[in-house]
Amino acid sequence: MTIAVTKSRVEDKLFQNRYLVDPGRPHIKVRPHERPSANLLALTHVCPAKCYELNDKGQVEITPDGCMECGTCRILCETSGEIEWDYPRGGFGVLFKFG
Amino acid sequence: MIEEKFDAIVIGAGMSGNAAAYTMASHGLKVLQLERGEYPGSKNVQGAIMYANMLEKIIPDFRDDAPLERHLVEQRLWVMDETSHTGIHYRSDDFNEAKPNRYTIIRAQFDKWFSRKVREAGATVLCETTVTELVRDAKDRVVGVRTDRAGGAIFADVVVLAEGVSGLLGTRAGLREMPKPQTVALAVKEMHFLPEEVIEQRFGLKGDEGCVIEAVGTTSRGMAGLGFLYTNKESISLGIGCLVSDFAVMMESPYVLLDALKNHPSIRPLIAGSEVKEYAAHLIPEGGYKAIPQLFGDGWVVVGDAAQLNNAVHREGSNLAMTSGRIAAEAIVKLKSRNGPMTKRNLALYKAMLDKSFVVKDLRKYKDMPALLHTNSCNFFTTYPRLMSQAAQNFMRVDGTPKIEKEKATTAAFIKARSRWGLVSDAVRLAFAWR
Repeated sequence: MTIAVTKSRVEDKLFQNRYLVDPGRPHIKVRPHERPSANLLALTHVCPAKCYELNDKGQVEITPDGCMECGTCRILCETSGEIEWDYPRGGFGVLFKFG
Repeated sequence: MIEEKFDAIVIGAGMSGNAAAYTMASHGLKVLQLERGEYPGSKNVQGAIMYANMLEKIIPDFRDDAPLERHLVEQRLWVMDETSHTGIHYRSDDFNEAKPNRYTIIRAQFDKWFSRKVREAGATVLCETTVTELVRDAKDRVVGVRTDRAGGAIFADVVVLAEGVSGLLGTRAGLREMPKPQTVALAVKEMHFLPEEVIEQRFGLKGDEGCVIEAVGTTSRGMAGLGFLYTNKESISLGIGCLVSDFAVMMESPYVLLDALKNHPSIRPLIAGSEVKEYAAHLIPEGGYKAIPQLFGDGWVVVGDAAQLNNAVHREGSNLAMTSGRIAAEAIVKLKSRNGPMTKRNLALYKAMLDKSFVVKDLRKYKDMPALLHTNSCNFFTTYPRLMSQAAQNFMRVDGTPKIEKEKATTAAFIKARSRWGLVSDAVRLAFAWR
């Protein structure tokens, strides 16, 4: 219940933002895994755009459309190889109006 | 794509990149600046307070046309618990001077202005261009970059990495390590729009005067963090940031913290009726002096957030970024003028000059502060804020309890929470980290 409320709130927040999504070219990928590490699991809470979510098998999935390119997930999970992080192609991704 | 060779390539059009590109171009160097955003500023996020002195050293007459929001006349430092804030406020009419010292700015607008100055100074600025790789020669020297645009490598004598806090290129190329979760904070921020006169009424401001609130306390839920509220002309920037390592351990969500801050009884009335037009997130370097990486090498220098140059205690970042960009550029100009090659040995001049500036001196002063605030952070961010609120309320509430008993109760509460030894030890550690 609380989770649903929080989720809708984040989506409301992201709705204010401008994005140019690069279709079919996600700039972040989660490596296939059986069980997520503590850091990867934490991203389902810590990601400020709530891009990371648990599927019903207990694995972490990503939909980076609302990503604000802060880099938090890169700091937490790139070194372990659990995620691949690249910048979006030039001009794509979040476009801050105020920043 | 681009056949010619440049004196310098600057990666990124934030504060440090613009300062570097402007300084080099205005000294006649052939400069190419690459920015991945649609326009300069479209990927940049800051609170934001801009310090005039450091920009004056780059563009002395910036006040003529820079998009500035308000000059600050009042600073409120708050310690909050769930229902209260205890504060130190400093407001002075002396800040209403001909050339004010600090301004609030909106980065997307400010960066566009700064970038226009860079182009006017003669640099070539290419947006919508993501640098994908540093190009190195057989001797491992950086000699250029590759981008996601069609065409091959672009070459230059020196590459200025002004790529921001997470520093993808430099870390991937092994020039420095990736920032650690305990040396960066994740901050989220909303832009709350209100009519100009409403902001002026609520904060007691007139004209372009501005007010800033910065708050620690239970709003960060025991994590090392800071809430902030900055008044712009027609908007309020409201946000909160905490260490990434704390977020990960506590499994907290930044937007939940932000919503709790917005609903705090001390904040809610200040933003009542506002229209939110943007939600942003960004990392802030917090590691201080000990987190500064290698700053130069054969054919490259690193500046700004990418070099982790941020003073967490004074919440200064963009001025350190601007200054490091300017100093790196001045070092490069100096080498160029005597036809010195851009070797590691020669570019050490940048670090020597930076060490003499306030940038490194300030960070060295607080070198032990990050470690202090990051160990047992709940004492500084939860226990003491609660105790301060109780002490203040106990002092102010008049209920027939004899004053001597009130004072004893306050002292007992502090000792119970932290023990005599804990109180002394916290005070000593804080004093040592501050000196």
